[in-house]
Amino acid sequence: MIGWFQSVLGEGPGWFVGNLFFILAISLIVMFLMAMSTWVDRKVWAVMQLRKGPNVVGPFGLLQPFADGIKLFMKETILPSNANRGVFLIAPMITFILALAAWAVIPFGDGVVLADIDVGLLYLFAVSSLGVYGIIMSGWASNSKYPFLGGLRSAAQMVSYEVSIGLIIVCVVLYASSFNLSAIVLSQQGNILGLFNGHIFNPLLVPIAVMFFISALAETNRPPFDLPEAEAELVAGYQVEYSSMSFALFFLGEYMNIILMCALFALLFLGGWLPPVEWAPLYLFPGFLWFFLKVVLMFFVFAWVKAAVPRYRYDQLMRLGWKVFLPISLLWVVLISGWLVFTGHFSGGAS
Amino acid sequence: MNDMSAVPARETVPTTAETGIQNYMINFGPQHPAAHGVLRLVMELDGEVIERVDPHIGLLHRGTEKLCEYKTYLQALPYLDRLDYCSPMCMEHSYVLAIEKLLGLEIPPKAQVLRTLWAELTRISNHILNTTTHAMDVGALTPILWLFAERERLYEFSERVSGARMHAAWFRVGGVHQDMPEGLADDIRDFADRFPRALDDVQALVADNRIFKQRNVDIGVISAKDAIAWGFTGPCLRASGIPWDLRKAQPYEIYGELEFEVPVGNRGDCYDRFMVRMEEMRQSIRIVHQCLNRLKHMQGEPVMAADPRIVPPRRAEMKRSMEALIAHFKLYTEGFKVPPGEVYVATESPKGEFGVYLVSDGTNRPYRLHFRVTGFAHLQAMDVLCRGHMLADAPAILGSLDIVFGEVDR
Repeated sequence: MIGWFQSVLGEGPGWFVGNLFFILAISLIVMFLMAMSTWVDRKVWAVMQLRKGPNVVGPFGLLQPFADGIKLFMKETILPSNANRGVFLIAPMITFILALAAWAVIPFGDGVVLADIDVGLLYLFAVSSLGVYGIIMSGWASNSKYPFLGGLRSAAQMVSYEVSIGLIIVCVVLYASSFNLSAIVLSQQGNILGLFNGHIFNPLLVPIAVMFFISALAETNRPPFDLPEAEAELVAGYQVEYSSMSFALFFLGEYMNIILMCALFALLFLGGWLPPVEWAPLYLFPGFLWFFLKVVLMFFVFAWVKAAVPRYRYDQLMRLGWKVFLPISLLWVVLISGWLVFTGHFSGGAS
Repeated sequence: MNDMSAVPARETVPTTAETGIQNYMINFGPQHPAAHGVLRLVMELDGEVIERVDPHIGLLHRGTEKLCEYKTYLQALPYLDRLDYCSPMCMEHSYVLAIEKLLGLEIPPKAQVLRTLWAELTRISNHILNTTTHAMDVGALTPILWLFAERERLYEFSERVSGARMHAAWFRVGGVHQDMPEGLADDIRDFADRFPRALDDVQALVADNRIFKQRNVDIGVISAKDAIAWGFTGPCLRASGIPWDLRKAQPYEIYGELEFEVPVGNRGDCYDRFMVRMEEMRQSIRIVHQCLNRLKHMQGEPVMAADPRIVPPRRAEMKRSMEALIAHFKLYTEGFKVPPGEVYVATESPKGEFGVYLVSDGTNRPYRLHFRVTGFAHLQAMDVLCRGHMLADAPAILGSLDIVFGEVDR
């Protein structure tokens, strides 16, 4: 696509305009998916609870997310008089922008990626780590008690689960010998007997995948780890003082992070844009379709978990993170690297 | 010179002043989603650990006891529904029993069976509300929707039998207001057959869930001795291991003849209180079946005592007899007189011992009416139960105590 722009507009301007269009396309698609994901989330949740869910606005309630968006857009933005105005307003923007920025390195298909950088996974890790600032700043700037507690909880939670997520990612990186997300996906091609595509089919990596999923739940503040916004305790946590678009940005950012985690799971464990089984006819379907299906599947599991589980308590969550996930993931890094050295995985010359 | 330069340097060494560390005070309620009504808990937090809980009540105070003094006995009855609005018929129960005791009135057997049946249906309805909201307070959002579908049927039954979904005013002095409409008994039986399966589903989803157990086991523990000292009754007391149930201990209506068990916990924590209620619902279903079986053989029997001084005449009679019309008019305006005396009657309401202390001066209005409410006693113990627990445990403990503010604030 960029090549076409370059042929029309010349080398420099073509690259610029092409990338701009690419960024716009990704943002629009991601934001549209995000809107629909709130609908899917609510529908799945409703069905599990024997309800109907949104079904009034548009066919099957499909336009509900847009109605909600318009409603929030029309509302007045309330600035609490004791809040720190600047920080209060910047916080939701940080959450939103970071959630969007992370999509830059996600490959949607073979070569369909905005920034095919070699440290893609590290970039993702860095961006999602920064996400905690949006929450902690909003909690602090609200100058209110419940948001403050919510912000503190969130900071502690995200920091503890990043650690285990990091080690989990290392396990996958050891297999791929690369931090590049496209390379990670390609390393999964036919990885089990040349039949299946995806680390999820590798018995050694299944526990890692489960741990990654649980950590992803914690990372995105989804039940059973929705402590920062635990309704029964903190009313709405760090979002208590937010209204209108500033609230909407948090809401959007949160869902975008959830889809990002689903996408990451699809890339790391389900083989990204590759079909699940290594069989030529399956390659006739375009790569992004497989990728999309995998993301939807993971999102369904996210919604399913939400309907099924109670909420952890703060100290129990920390205990799970530090005393269970951290040692196990550390052990697994040793185990997997040992196994790979033993089987001569690294002798092939991969750096 | 060296000394000169050394002196100011020593003075600029930072010193830590004595600053008192203030604990975090937060208002839990009255508009808090987990406050179960209009409870305001002033909490002192050390980080996330609760140091002190100070329940502030009275936001729903309506002066029920005083209002009743200005109403005839019949007119005061609907106020009882509005005490514990989650188990309205059980509130009426103590009240009508107290008046009947003063009057020395015997009620027909069918009315007793009907009262027992509806007391148990009310118990199920109340426990559904409590167990599911308790689960919701610890983050499980699904059980409430599953069981509320069943609870909706109970409300529908209530509407069919009394005309009102919630505030039934169906238990009357001398029996119950009207017999159940045709077909209702079959629908209740259908419900009673189906309901245990819904309970099993919920139990599988939350009660056996690890996270739910982590959130409830050993939280808000109260020993049997302390539970008695704080005035606990009902499921909260039984969860601490004391098999005290007024239905067994001081049987009223037909409870003495029925087969049911009193589930008892052994730790006195939130989980036991939850499980005791779950099991009580199953026992209530047993009672419902027994009552329905008895009702089968009671077709056409009266549901009101045959005492024309107290019980109004039937509508059909009023169409034929002038005296009946006059009696009806007198009973619904002036009401009946209750002989002087005082009486305390308690029944096992779903939440525990609900007692009515009634003083009559021989007129048609109560001289003094006092309610011994369960939630008030349970709420007193919030401070003891919560101290040293985390903030997140407070909603779980509050949920497990089953507090309704219509009753606490009266």
